[in-house]
Amino acid sequence: MNADCIIIQGSNMAEAHPVGFQWVVEAKLRGAKVIHIDPRFTRTSALADTFVPIRAGTDIAFLGGVINHVLSNDLDFREYVVAYTNAATIVSERFADTEDLDGLFSGFDPASRTYDESSWQYAGNEDAGGDSEETGARRQVASALQHESHGPGIDSEVERDETLQHPRCVFQILKRHFARYTPEMVERVCGVPAEQLLEVAKAWAAASGRERTTTLVYSVGWTQHSTGVQYIRTGTILQLLLGNMGRPGGGILALRGHASIQGSTDIPTLFNLLPGYLPMPHVAQHERFDDWIGAIRHGDQKGFWGGAPAYATSLLKAWWGDAATVDNDFAYGYLPRISGDHGTYRQVLDMIDGRIKGYFLLGQNPAVGSAHGKAQRLGMANLDWLVVRDLFEIESATFWKDGPEVATGEIVPEECRTEVFLLPAASHVEKEGTFTQTQRMLQWREKAVEPPGDCRSELWFFFHLGRLVRERLAGSQDGRDRPLLDLTWDYPVHGRHDEPSADAVLREVNGFDLVTGRPLASSGELRADGSTAGGCWIYTGVYAGGVNQAARRRPGSEQDWVAAEWGWVWPANRRILYNRASADPEGRPWSERKAYVWWDDELGRWTGHDVPDFQVDKPPWYRPPPGATGAEALAGDDPFIMQGDGKGWLFVPTGLVDGPLPTHYEPAESPLPNRLYGQQSNPTRVVYERADNPRNPSPPDEHREVFPFVFTTSRLTEHHTSGAMSRTLGYLAELQPAMFVEVSPALARERGLEHLGWATIVTARSAIEARVLVTDRLRPLRVDGRPVHQVWLPYHWGVGSGLTTGDSANDLMGVSLDPNVLIQDSKVGTCDVQPGRRPTGPALLDLVAGYRTRAGVASMAPERIVTAEQGRG
Amino acid sequence: MITERSRLLGSLDPAAGSGYVEPPPRVGFFTDTSICIGCKACEVACKEWNGIPQDGIELTGMSYDNSVGLGASTWRHVAFIEQRVAAPGAGGDETGVRWLMSSDVCKHCTSAACLDVCPTGSLLRTELGTVVVQDDICNGCGYCIPACPYGVIDQRRSPDGDRNVGLAQKCTLCYDRTGAGLEPACAKACPTDSIQFGSLDELRKRAAGRVGALRAAGVADARLYGEDPADGVGGAGSLFLLLDDPEVYGLPPDPVCTTRDLPAMWRRAAVAAATMAAVTAFAFLGSRS
Repeated sequence: MNADCIIIQGSNMAEAHPVGFQWVVEAKLRGAKVIHIDPRFTRTSALADTFVPIRAGTDIAFLGGVINHVLSNDLDFREYVVAYTNAATIVSERFADTEDLDGLFSGFDPASRTYDESSWQYAGNEDAGGDSEETGARRQVASALQHESHGPGIDSEVERDETLQHPRCVFQILKRHFARYTPEMVERVCGVPAEQLLEVAKAWAAASGRERTTTLVYSVGWTQHSTGVQYIRTGTILQLLLGNMGRPGGGILALRGHASIQGSTDIPTLFNLLPGYLPMPHVAQHERFDDWIGAIRHGDQKGFWGGAPAYATSLLKAWWGDAATVDNDFAYGYLPRISGDHGTYRQVLDMIDGRIKGYFLLGQNPAVGSAHGKAQRLGMANLDWLVVRDLFEIESATFWKDGPEVATGEIVPEECRTEVFLLPAASHVEKEGTFTQTQRMLQWREKAVEPPGDCRSELWFFFHLGRLVRERLAGSQDGRDRPLLDLTWDYPVHGRHDEPSADAVLREVNGFDLVTGRPLASSGELRADGSTAGGCWIYTGVYAGGVNQAARRRPGSEQDWVAAEWGWVWPANRRILYNRASADPEGRPWSERKAYVWWDDELGRWTGHDVPDFQVDKPPWYRPPPGATGAEALAGDDPFIMQGDGKGWLFVPTGLVDGPLPTHYEPAESPLPNRLYGQQSNPTRVVYERADNPRNPSPPDEHREVFPFVFTTSRLTEHHTSGAMSRTLGYLAELQPAMFVEVSPALARERGLEHLGWATIVTARSAIEARVLVTDRLRPLRVDGRPVHQVWLPYHWGVGSGLTTGDSANDLMGVSLDPNVLIQDSKVGTCDVQPGRRPTGPALLDLVAGYRTRAGVASMAPERIVTAEQGRG
Repeated sequence: MITERSRLLGSLDPAAGSGYVEPPPRVGFFTDTSICIGCKACEVACKEWNGIPQDGIELTGMSYDNSVGLGASTWRHVAFIEQRVAAPGAGGDETGVRWLMSSDVCKHCTSAACLDVCPTGSLLRTELGTVVVQDDICNGCGYCIPACPYGVIDQRRSPDGDRNVGLAQKCTLCYDRTGAGLEPACAKACPTDSIQFGSLDELRKRAAGRVGALRAAGVADARLYGEDPADGVGGAGSLFLLLDDPEVYGLPPDPVCTTRDLPAMWRRAAVAAATMAAVTAFAFLGSRS
């Protein structure tokens, strides 16, 4: 809303986030320019000032072109870059770039497809990087997800050249790395005319600097790629170079896809995280409490992860109360351990292989909503038991009797061994609690109506499940039952169904003094000595003063423009993170227009419109004493307080599995060779090479003409994800009443597709059918001298329940993952499109098998993943 | 029962013209289609609040418009229009796209023909200047349907068992919400404020300001629709900011209150009748003589 320019890429914000889009409209009414970059013209494009069509999966090449333009023309915000980023830091002389190694970085081990990071380190810190065995282990547990927020450790004192001239300083490395991302190259790779790239680059740079700020918006159109993390890194580099981080109207907005997906990352539903981004202990690496804590705080590192012992101890005290003592390392032994990849796709394959016996599904419909639908359903069909809690009888509860595999004979209902327990869930208006949204804002929700019949909240379900299990185990002398029996499981209940108090849970999450019971006001009050409890350190303060701060609803018209009294934002009700960067190194606002947080000399403290993201009494000229660690080691002009060196990272020396800089790789499935390097695709990506997870051929494989088109999937406003909450409602189902595929008029002509007729879309995994919408909103791009057709599918439909049913786009997907966070690359693949309906029954399997034979994927030769000259043998 | 006399009286305040003494300010909608994102929240909110039945799960292929048009069970309707336009920097090739979206609704005309033709008084002018149908009075004669110059009002035909099947149905401007100080459901649900509710005087000013701002920003085709009290319906209670000709959105370019000529017709009919009577009388009288 305060931005001068809004770049939306990898996001269909108007359709998938219509409520948040009101602020884009507001900014537009105030004069902001809106630019949308997307494979397809969407309802977001309709409101943008500029729309740039791009080939799916080439965003790093496009942004690399923007970075190249900024660096070649000295358009960066130089004072900001020198003071607040690691541009000046000198990198090890052992570092070699993709420029030198045909698309690989130094330290690559072709056998394990992992990197030894030591050559990526800052000069003099070469010991700090993990070897390839360690990075391989990190890939298994998606530890970049943890490191990203942990500010991986590096020495606080590093060699810098603030003239940015040293050939090994980050700034010069960046310049060389992106030098080949010229407008002409972008045109060849992305299909974006050079002049359109320059238009975007100029607009972005012109709306950045002292007086202006540009905001960058992305969603899962960026994350769901085999290079997803590096997409966002590229955006980060640009926003740091242009000085847009930590400032009003700037930043990078990662739009979350559901009402509280942010909340379920903060207090996680992920296998590798504990609340507040504390890593789940690894069985081999974190045997003792001190190993675990040491891995989080990285020894003498600067920054606020120095408080890790207090955060971790308070979490253990919140969960195990009096049973967590100094003598037993606060019951650290009770925490479950991970031993490797237990991500959702690994789990599905483990179900197919019979290694997982039981499964809980809450608010998730993987039979329709997750990549590789067939694997999802076959996995669930091989369980002993499956608990599904949902508002409706979703496909994930009925796959055994009416799923697509019943038609093909792959699942026989009479023989399917899975016992399904379908339990009705209360909807969000039938229970109280908080949502945490995209802005990290917690908003308390009252219960509006009683849930009907047997519908119950998740809180009720887990509380009473835990109660019953504990009753069953009562008196057990078995040591393995202690973690359950010692849990603090004493939430007050109310009402005729003994509903646990969500308010009491929020108090525990906030944390309290174990002696006085006083709710804590900030995470700084958490203690490592066991005298405080706190369920999620970043949420401490949400119950400050014994008041539910998330329930505040003072209207915007009754407060200032930052509106600090609307809900509560973690951490510490701070609306913009790293906002120290909104002031110059001396602590003065960069400009009056963009003033936000500044140093007040008279008061001797930081002040401004928001809660300063800095120690409030640390002056801009503060320099840490030698040997300082933690927060004390941050200088008065180190705004990025969670990073090991207090700087924004243009170059990432440690923490990422696939390289310190983003590099364009083609998607795992692509009809085109990589024009930038010999390395075709992300060499470190996670693959599960199995007969039931085939990949369409991509260069340098032969037969890729069998799957000549690019497809991508996303959402419509009218439906929600797998359609479980929208295909079941008449008012929504009638607005988008059928599964369809969007194709360009050119492709329709080429393949004989008729508007409103049927088309069959085929990959090596499956074939689905959809009604055809021929639209000018899709058009072939000219890429490297030839036309590339892209088709688009919504992924809301499934076979089974609902007022409207249809084939599921996710059945087309295989499983191939980003190596940093194990997210699937479900935003791009290759396919064939033919007119007419697909065959039914076993004939469908024959059709797909025929395609596999012609594409040469039936032979199951190992995938050729390492294709760079330097990586071969 | 208050009868509609506004058109005959030529009053610009239809409520006063209908006999309300010192009515509250006339209210209406301003729909700014330049910021509509086509989310259809207005359609859903309208159906939820007014208990309108679902009316057909069928893919039309008309872009993202699957509710087709206003009708007895669609009181807000979002039109989607895909246009080929010159792409910037493409040498005038029509490879660019423009996607217009616009949420249509009853115009709540100053001169409302549906009111004029209603034989039962079911169609009512409210004190707020809006036009509503009273379900319990409507006899389903259907006269109002061809009377509407916009094709807004219609008889509900399905589903079987719905209490209003056979009756004329259309937007009430949420009379049951506005009376309680709430804005209509569609305006409340609109995330971008494309749909605004308020006093018509205020909305007219806002609309004029917005069209001026858009034109100043180079959007030459921006125009208002329904704001002119001199138009064929005496000005609408629902104003629109459009980005193309009204026909493009399925709106009549020059709507005329279908009963506009009735007084003249009646006068002519009366003159004709009187003449006929006189001639007849003369003929009889003449023949006697």
